[in-house]
Amino acid sequence: MARLVGGICTSHIPAIGNAIARGLEDDAYWRPFFAGYPPVRAWLERTRPDAAVVVYNDHGLNFFLDNLPTFAIGAAREYQNADEGWGLPTLPPYPGDPELSWHVIESLVADEFDVATCQEMRVDHAFTVPQALLWGHARVVKTVPVAVNTVQHPLPTPARCYKLGRALGRAIASYPRDLRVVVIATGGLSHQLDGERAGFINKEFDLMCLEKIVSDPEALTRYSIRELVRLAGTQGVEVIMWLVMRGAMSARVRELHRHYHIPVSNTAAGLLLLENAA
Amino acid sequence: MAASHATVDELPGAHSDDIPGTYIFDGKLAAKGYALNKMCYSFNDAANRAEFVRDEDAYCDKFGLSEEQRDAVRRRDVLALLAAGGNVYYLAKFLGIFGLGVQDLGAQQTGMTLEAFKAKLEAAAH
Repeated sequence: MARLVGGICTSHIPAIGNAIARGLEDDAYWRPFFAGYPPVRAWLERTRPDAAVVVYNDHGLNFFLDNLPTFAIGAAREYQNADEGWGLPTLPPYPGDPELSWHVIESLVADEFDVATCQEMRVDHAFTVPQALLWGHARVVKTVPVAVNTVQHPLPTPARCYKLGRALGRAIASYPRDLRVVVIATGGLSHQLDGERAGFINKEFDLMCLEKIVSDPEALTRYSIRELVRLAGTQGVEVIMWLVMRGAMSARVRELHRHYHIPVSNTAAGLLLLENAA
Repeated sequence: MAASHATVDELPGAHSDDIPGTYIFDGKLAAKGYALNKMCYSFNDAANRAEFVRDEDAYCDKFGLSEEQRDAVRRRDVLALLAAGGNVYYLAKFLGIFGLGVQDLGAQQTGMTLEAFKAKLEAAAH
C-alpha cells in the first residue's frame, strides 16, 4: 500500500526561480532565504519519496475565467511549464503518474469532492519553483498536481480545504501500490500584490499560522476567506493550500523543520517539514 | 469576442469596504473585467505580446475593451486597471511586457519609489 511519508509547505515566489536560474543563492539578499532549504533536501535524500502530490494555485496560466474550477487534478503523463508572460525559462517537463492521479480522483469523488480533471495541464511557478528548491532540475518523483482556485472569489473556505486534505490523505492511504508519497503545499505566507495596501505583510499572523498548522490546524479552519485577506493579504490566502497538506497528515505530526524569512520580493516566505507522529 | 454579462450594478458588492486598499476579485469585478483579463491572459503567448506591441489599439479592439479599460491600459495605471475589473495575476502578464515586476506594481500603487517600497517590505521583518 502507498504511504504518506511527509508533508512540506513552502512559498513559491517566481523571483526564487529567477534567483536559482541566475545562481544567486549566496547573494546577500537571497542567502537567508535559501538557508532554510538544506535540511528539507537532506530529508528528501533520506526518505526518497516516489511521488509528490503538489497542491498549488494557478496564477492564470492553465485556467482562465471562462472555465475556472475550484479544485482541479492533473491526470497527465507529464506537465510542462511556460514563460507565463514574463519570459520565465521553459523547464524540462515534470513526469506525471496517471494511475495515481485517477486513483486520487476516484477516491475524492467517492468521498464527495467533485474535482475537475485535467489530461492536459500547464503548470506555473507555484508548481515548479518549490520543486526547483527541493530537487533542482532533477526529475526524481512523479507528480500529481492539485490546483486550488485563489484567483476569483468565492474561494474555497479554509475548512473546506482542510477537509479536502483529509480526503486526499484517505486517497493516498488506499492506493494499492507500494509507493512513498510526499504532499507538497505551495504558497503564502502573508503578502498582497494589489491595491493601495500592496506590500502588506503580517509577521505575527504568519508565526501564529506556522505554529497552528502543526499543533492545531482546526483553529485556522475557523477563519473566513475575508478574514484571511484582512490578516494575511489578498495573496496571503494561499495558506489554504497548507491546510490541504495538513489535512492529509495524521491528527498528530512531528515538526522536523521550520523556516521563515521576510521578505522575498513582496512576500513573507515560510517553510515547514512534517512527518506523521506514530 | 468578449461575452456579454449582467450589468455590474446587478451583482453583489465587490469592493471590500472593510479592508482599506484591498479589492476582492469576485463575480462583480470578474464580470466587469472579463475582456481586459482575457486580453491579458492572451499574453501568456509571446506571439500575442508581440502583436500587442505592434498595434496596441488594434489589439484592444480585438478583445472589445471598454473605454475605461483602454484608458487604464494606455496609462499602465495599476489602480485604474484594478478598478476596471483587472485581476492582478492577468495584469502582471500585461505589465511584464514593459518589464514591470510585482515590486514595481507595489511602488506604483502605493505612490512610493521602488526603493522606499522595498524598504517598507524589509521593515516588516522587525
